[in-house]
Amino acid sequence: MRYLLKRLGFYLVAAWAAVTINFFLPRLMPGDPATALFARFKGKLAPEAIDALRATFGLTEGPLWSQYLTYLSHVLRGEMGVSIAYFPAPVSQVIGTALGWTLFLAGSAVVLSFVIGSLLGVAAAWWRRGWVDTWLPSALVFAGALPYFWLAMAALYLFGFQLGWFPLGHAYADDSVPGWTLAFAVDVLRHAALPMFTIVLATLGGWLLSMRNTMISVLGSDYVNLARAKGLSPARVVLRYAARNALLPSVTSFGMALGFVLGGSLLTEIVFSYPGQGYLLVQAVRNQDYPLMQGIFLVITLAVLGANWVVDLVYLWLDARTRDSAS
Amino acid sequence: MSAPDFARGNGLAAWALAIRRDRKALAGASLLGLFALVAVVGPWVAGDPTALVGIPLQAPSAAHWLGTNGQGQDVLTQLIVGTRVSLALGFIVGLLVVLIGALVGVTAGYFGGRVDGALSVFSNVFLVLPGMPLAIVIAAYLPSGPFTVGLVLVVTGWAWNARVLRSQALALRRRDFVAAAIVAGESDFRILMAEILPNMMSVLVAQVIGSTVYAIGAQVGLEFLGLGDVSRVTWGTMLYWAQNDSALLTGSWWTFVPAGLCVALVGFALTLLNSGFDEITNPRLQLERFWRVHLIRRGQLPGRSTPVVREHA
Repeated sequence: MRYLLKRLGFYLVAAWAAVTINFFLPRLMPGDPATALFARFKGKLAPEAIDALRATFGLTEGPLWSQYLTYLSHVLRGEMGVSIAYFPAPVSQVIGTALGWTLFLAGSAVVLSFVIGSLLGVAAAWWRRGWVDTWLPSALVFAGALPYFWLAMAALYLFGFQLGWFPLGHAYADDSVPGWTLAFAVDVLRHAALPMFTIVLATLGGWLLSMRNTMISVLGSDYVNLARAKGLSPARVVLRYAARNALLPSVTSFGMALGFVLGGSLLTEIVFSYPGQGYLLVQAVRNQDYPLMQGIFLVITLAVLGANWVVDLVYLWLDARTRDSAS
Repeated sequence: MSAPDFARGNGLAAWALAIRRDRKALAGASLLGLFALVAVVGPWVAGDPTALVGIPLQAPSAAHWLGTNGQGQDVLTQLIVGTRVSLALGFIVGLLVVLIGALVGVTAGYFGGRVDGALSVFSNVFLVLPGMPLAIVIAAYLPSGPFTVGLVLVVTGWAWNARVLRSQALALRRRDFVAAAIVAGESDFRILMAEILPNMMSVLVAQVIGSTVYAIGAQVGLEFLGLGDVSRVTWGTMLYWAQNDSALLTGSWWTFVPAGLCVALVGFALTLLNSGFDEITNPRLQLERFWRVHLIRRGQLPGRSTPVVREHA
């Protein structure tokens, strides 16, 4: 319990850091932030929009600390200002509709990649210097070196454009009606298949290698030799004895990989015109919609922090040592 | 050559020898050398990358080996000219990121206590904040160009190195020769410079290589979003224009395939070099290889995981 509370405290510090970075960013621009910001929008914005922008960033009269407190109280109440590109929709509303798609796409891709990659890593370590061990890591490292979005472009070109197996973009077809129906679910999966495949392909190599390397050292340890000597079936030795413990370092890096994969999936979304955070983000960058941009950063950060806490829970369940010292 | 000899080795010559002894490292180094050569001489040989040379979106032909892009510019020329900026920025960011990581990580690991606590929380916070969105938000506020891209990549990329190097410094701190230096009354600065850092050399080099892979990929990603200077020719802006000119929907694969492949090839070469180094500098892997060779020479079959005799031939 103490362990979890300690981690929770750390995530609160991280969240506070993100909010603070968000507050200071507009003020890092050369000159007076308000003037510099509004100069960029000269003639393009209605006076109400400018007032809303001013309110969002707490760019009011008064000393910096009071501006900071105003900003903090806004964020705590979930108010992230008004979007410029989608004026007068509030940022929280614009983000809300897109958040589900991103979490669905990136979340499933990360989990899929972790499971498949770790299993392949186990296979590579067990059949050491077999074909899985010889060829797959190199091939996947090469795939991992390809930029996410480039893999997405290539897959879209090949399977979507040339072969026509998959739709060319968006989360579901124009003529299908959103709802909890089988037809709609199939449609969503068909649209998500290609982007998900490219993210999994790009991240598989890391999981494979980390699992393989830990497995190799775990397979050489005494308790695994003992399990073998007892005559347990190879499957039991590998999965219940070795893999469970070899998984720990992977689980630790899982939390960090989340943020990284989410960042990459933002670019994948853009290629597939997938209506998630990444697509919104690029619109925000093109329209210089700063409130929306910062809102997206904040929401993604909170999602990653929350997911990390869940990973801590899983770690606690997997590693008896942490559990014992914690209780 | 054993691992400690190697770590202390006589500079460049030791590294060169190490590369030649390992097939993976040699392949990586050769591929990298090829790209470096293109980066250095390319811009003088290839000509003007922004010149309009023909009809837009022409397929590869004898006149234009990689076809033309959406504006009628030669893709091969752009690829060659873009190599310099993309590689240079990648290496500079890779170096800077490790430098800052070493500064923070080694300080934390060596001094321990409160210094360690504060610095660790600081770098862990940066580690858990999602880098790409943060980089995008910062870059959007700054004037676009290679400097901005480099800056945001350094800000979002140093934390991982700090973490790795901290644990290295922690381990070295407990070694006898460091304890001896402390007892001998040497200054902290001297111990860091003369005892700790030289013994971390192989890790530092591996980190620089790994960070360069990260930097090149992330840089291309940011430029793809249009956060770089889109009038300058780099691999990233080539991909930006390919996406903007709807290369996919017109079927012109030649506008985006070459740049992405080059990014991957450089990343692959660097990774090969790194894993080659790892096999040379990691005593475990070295020992394992020695025993494998030894056993095979004696006509015995090594076991799957650890090289011990399993079946007598």
